[in-house]
Amino acid sequence: MEASTSPIISIRGLRTQFGQQVIHDNLDLDVRRGEVLGVVGGSGTGKSVLLRTIIGLIRPRTGKISVLDQDTSGLNDAGWAKLQERWGVLFQSGALFSSLTVAQNIQVPMKEHTDLTPKMQAELTALKIELVGLAPESGAKLPSEISGGMKKRAGLARSLALDPEILFLDEPTAGLDPIGASAFDQLIRSLQQSLGLTVFMVTHDLDSLGAICDRIAVLVDKKVKVGTMAELLQDDHPWIREYFHGPRGRAARGETKENGK
Amino acid sequence: MKAGSLEVTREGDAAVIKASGDWTVGSCTRLDLALRKLSTAQARQVSFDLAGVERLDTAGAWLAVRTLLELKAAGISGAFRGVKADHSVLLQRVADVGELPALAPHPGFNLFDFLERMGKAVIDFGKAGRGLIGFFGAMLLSFGRVLRHPSHIRFTSLVSNIEQHGLNAMPIVGLLLFFVGIVVAYQGYDQLRKFGQELLTVDLVGIAVLREMGVLITAIIIAGRSGSAFTAQIGTQQVNEEVDAIRTLGLDPMEVLVLPRVMALLIALPLLTFFADIIAILGGAFMTYMVMDMPFPQFLDRLRQAVEVKHFLVGMVKAPIFAVIISLVGCYEGMRVSGSAESVGRLTTQAVVESLFLVIILDALFANLFSFVGI
Repeated sequence: MEASTSPIISIRGLRTQFGQQVIHDNLDLDVRRGEVLGVVGGSGTGKSVLLRTIIGLIRPRTGKISVLDQDTSGLNDAGWAKLQERWGVLFQSGALFSSLTVAQNIQVPMKEHTDLTPKMQAELTALKIELVGLAPESGAKLPSEISGGMKKRAGLARSLALDPEILFLDEPTAGLDPIGASAFDQLIRSLQQSLGLTVFMVTHDLDSLGAICDRIAVLVDKKVKVGTMAELLQDDHPWIREYFHGPRGRAARGETKENGK
Repeated sequence: MKAGSLEVTREGDAAVIKASGDWTVGSCTRLDLALRKLSTAQARQVSFDLAGVERLDTAGAWLAVRTLLELKAAGISGAFRGVKADHSVLLQRVADVGELPALAPHPGFNLFDFLERMGKAVIDFGKAGRGLIGFFGAMLLSFGRVLRHPSHIRFTSLVSNIEQHGLNAMPIVGLLLFFVGIVVAYQGYDQLRKFGQELLTVDLVGIAVLREMGVLITAIIIAGRSGSAFTAQIGTQQVNEEVDAIRTLGLDPMEVLVLPRVMALLIALPLLTFFADIIAILGGAFMTYMVMDMPFPQFLDRLRQAVEVKHFLVGMVKAPIFAVIISLVGCYEGMRVSGSAESVGRLTTQAVVESLFLVIILDALFANLFSFVGI
């Protein structure tokens, strides 16, 4: 996209805390424009909390978060609304509104934030449904009538409704079978490249990390360590070693090496 | 940010659409309108020049692709030119999608659909009634089993349910019934005064409360408070697959989930009704004291003359029946939850409506029955 070098998301000195329990302490993180950043960490290290903090669902105790060159702590409601139009969020199980059809779900942000004509909305909705690889007839279905994988695709279509600049994904491949997960990885990669998105992806899926992430942020000791897969493989932090050099890590890496050749 | 715009020029027999600015979702409506009015008359060929476009998103790309598709349908060949490298991937991706299938139209109002829905609702209602009777039978069987093996009674669950749905309901039941007593006494006094028979207010309060108001209002409160809770609790467990887990572990959901609730209400509702009767009468006594200056001992004296034990029993005998209806409907609707969280909400509403309907209908039937046999 644009040749801007400033990070699209920049976090400085973040501290999040629930009661006495400190989740992140003095955490710094930069996300570059146009990259796919995978966020990993053990259970309870606050991966989803980090995502929810960036998108404003959780207030940080201290620290500064700027997204798209705007300091989120200083924003008023109107500022937030403007900013929210520029990112899309895919929650873990899709979070589709259960009383609306898939097509209506995708149109919710269009209705709320744009002046598109109903005809244009319908066209764009059909386009998004195509782009995320859903069958055209699934637009008329209710979320309870489609499978988990389709719900994620529909959720992705909704998060892309306004062509956001940043896409936040919370465990996009959790609960999908390996073939579905790999297809979803490819979908995200191809959309990211064609739409020029920056993707912030919380994941547990080692295969996704190898397949589509440019860089990986590992949450350890209440902070993050960022690097490419190759850099993190050299890291000697015990958890990171265990993660990437454990049996599953080795298996995933073996595959990516083969793919790379 | 620069709003997107377009301009049409002619180069011989070819028309050139020159696009510039931001072709994004924000400019989409205006661009759509402009493209609709596009006049490429007599042009044999159209070039879509995207060199001036600064930002392009799927909405803008779709507009461009759609324009070429429509021109092609009209027999005019068109092509893009000057596409920036940044935009070419997206444009290609959207062009690959090609013709869009129309979305299924939103269903409008239709008389036949309306009739069909109405018929469906009637049939569903009948089915739900039959299901409820079946559920009642299954519950009785399970109850019989538990009676033969009393060790199967879930005492912890039973006691906790009695606490939640009996003891914890006392403040709200007491408060509301106190006001019911006040209202009955005041309205009665107001009318009876015209006949000079204020004293009959006490009779009215005693009989109305003991026979009808006490048990009915208590049942309505409990249907709203506990019937809905039963559906929501069991329904959430259904969504979480907990009910399936109970079955898989060789347990009977009827025994684990339904019986403790039915038995708890069977114990709690008569006790609550008794409590409600007393409080409502106290409310009536309070009001008669306020408006008639009747001291409490005199009120009690009059009450003893006016009210027979049978009035009290007529009210109390209904309590266990209402308890079974409320808990049964609540649990039944909870077990019917499937899949989505939305059905929990829908069925909770339905449970409350159904149990209120049944409670009031039965109460009316009882009133007729008792007057028929002269009690």
